[in-house]
Order: sequence, then structure tokens, then C-alpha cells
Amino acid sequence: MSEPVIDHRLTAVQMAEFVRDGYLMLDGFVPAELNAAVHADQQADIGYWDKSSAIHAVFDYPPVKGILNSLLGASPVYDHSALHVVGGGKREAQVWHADSIIDARPFAFDVQSMYFSHDVPKETGPTLILPGSHLRRVSNVSIGRYKNIVGQKQLSGRAGAIAFLHHGLWHCAQPNQIEATRYMFKLRLRPGEPQRGLFNTAGIDSPEIHSIINSFTHKWMGDEARAETVQRAKLWRYVCGDDNVDASFEGVLTRMGL
Amino acid sequence: MTLRQQILILHLANPDLDAETVAWAFYDGAAGADALQMQSGDQDAAPYRSVLDAMRDGWFVLQLPVLPKFMSGAEHETGHLPYEYVLEKRVAAYE
Repeated sequence: MSEPVIDHRLTAVQMAEFVRDGYLMLDGFVPAELNAAVHADQQADIGYWDKSSAIHAVFDYPPVKGILNSLLGASPVYDHSALHVVGGGKREAQVWHADSIIDARPFAFDVQSMYFSHDVPKETGPTLILPGSHLRRVSNVSIGRYKNIVGQKQLSGRAGAIAFLHHGLWHCAQPNQIEATRYMFKLRLRPGEPQRGLFNTAGIDSPEIHSIINSFTHKWMGDEARAETVQRAKLWRYVCGDDNVDASFEGVLTRMGL
Repeated sequence: MTLRQQILILHLANPDLDAETVAWAFYDGAAGADALQMQSGDQDAAPYRSVLDAMRDGWFVLQLPVLPKFMSGAEHETGHLPYEYVLEKRVAAYE
């Protein structure tokens, strides 16, 4: 008897959460044996994309691949990767920033995977992100004088935690308050095809999806929260591959013919 | 007494000076070059609920934000935090 085919694609709810928050975080997602192999390579200073077969195995792991295929298509394009190493006892945080340069694409996005091969409780300094910040037009460190923002969140988790970030998400490395070195492997991939209808699109116009796209959960947005929902609803149309679906606040995409 | 400047930056939810603080930063000119300044992500709660609250505690407002202009065709685009207030105290330099 053949094995049942497992669908590793993102659900519509997961995809809507990515559109709302600019990231998906899966704690302890990568299996322990892969984490151990990667961590050993990192400690041996060979934990890089061009040197570690274990790192490649993480991104070939079907559940990870299914997520990347849902976001970027069947054949994502390698952009760059980096092993971020924060030594024990480092007191200074990185300043808030968005990577690369202001992106001129209206909807297309790259995905930055952040993978932790070992447990990363808060005191080890896992990356700090600002959920919902991915659709703002800022230039790299032009947000560098901000220090604390309501809703900021550290990517704390267990070994095998992996986060998938929209390229525009604000983030920064954090101090490492323990003695052990903290590792984070980052892989940036570009879309290999138009990012339209790549996930499991069942239920894209459901009340649950509307409540996610329309939510005002990110309190730091203040007065701009409504404007943000319009951008989200446009991105939702794009990733759904359906220019008629309208999850916008008060249906403004339809009402205003946007 | 030698005075030094402390700068507190508060971002509010809307332009009302009594609106809720949504982001904050503190730069201490009275501290030495080796002192650790406020770091990204090192606090969970704002020091003041609003700019008005900070004013009551002796902070002087140096800058009020210019209100945003919404350009036709880009009405729903966002960028930096718009309602940014810069406040000051002058204090004695630390020993």
C-alpha cells in the first residue's frame, strides 16, 4: 500500500497570518538529529551554506520545503546566507533595521529564514522582531534611533525553531547574557515565480481570514492601523492569485475600486 | 555645576499629546562614553503613558511632529513612526 501524500503547503490561515504579521515562527520544528548535526558544524566553524551538508538537509526537510514552496514557488532562487554568531556576554544589541535596500516591488517579496540549531531562551539573545512592520517603507537603518516598541517580540524557542520572515520585517540581534555562543543561520531566498496561489488556497475568503487581515492586533501602529489593513488586503489578493477577493477594512478595495 | 542633556523620544498612537506611548528611546548625555545606553528591546514597558505624562514629570518638549501629508495615490502607504516627540531634561554630569 502506498504512503498517503502529505500536503506540506501552508494553509490559508497560516498564509493570512504571514500577510498580517510578516513572519511565521515554528518552534522546535526541525528534527533533533538535524539540529545536532548543524550545531556541530557551527561549533566547528563550517556551518555555512557552501560548507555544511547538514544545513542543506534542514532546508530539504519536506515540512520546511513545503513552507518555502508556499511562499516562493517550486524553485526559490538563492540570494544570500549568513551564519550570525553572538558570543557569550555580549551586552550591546544591534540597532533596529530592515535588511537590504528599499524594495521597489509592489507585492513580491523575498523570504529570510532564521534557523536556530539549539535552544534559544530569551537570555541567549535570539533575534528581536516587530510583528507587522514588513509593509513599511524604511531604508535599512533609518529606524535605528528607535529602541523599544510596543509588541516587539524575540524569536525565543527550542532547538529546531525556524522563522520565515518577509524581507521588510524590522529586526535586530539581541545581547547574549549567558556564556555559550548563540548561533542563527539566515537564508534569504527570492521567488522563483509569481507568488500567486502557491499555498493551499481553500477558504481564502472565509470570515476567519477576513478577521486576520482586518485585525488591529499591532497596537504600535496607532492611527495608521486602518491604512495597514488596506495594504495587507492588497497583498492578500496578490498571494491568493485572485484579484476579486476583498478582505479589506470596510471593503474599501471594492468600494473605492482599488 | 556642569549640565548635560538627556533626550527622551516618545512615539504616540496619534497626535494628541495625551495619546498612548507606542515606542520610546532614551539617550543620556550625562553618562560616560563607556556607559551602556538604552539598547533595542531592553524594556517591556514605556516610562510614561503619554507625552503629557512625561511633561508632568519635568520633561520639556523640544519637538512636536509635523502632521503627515497624504499624497493622492499613496494614501495607505506607511513608513517611519509618524507621531514622534523629542523631550529634554538638563541634569548634572555624572561623577
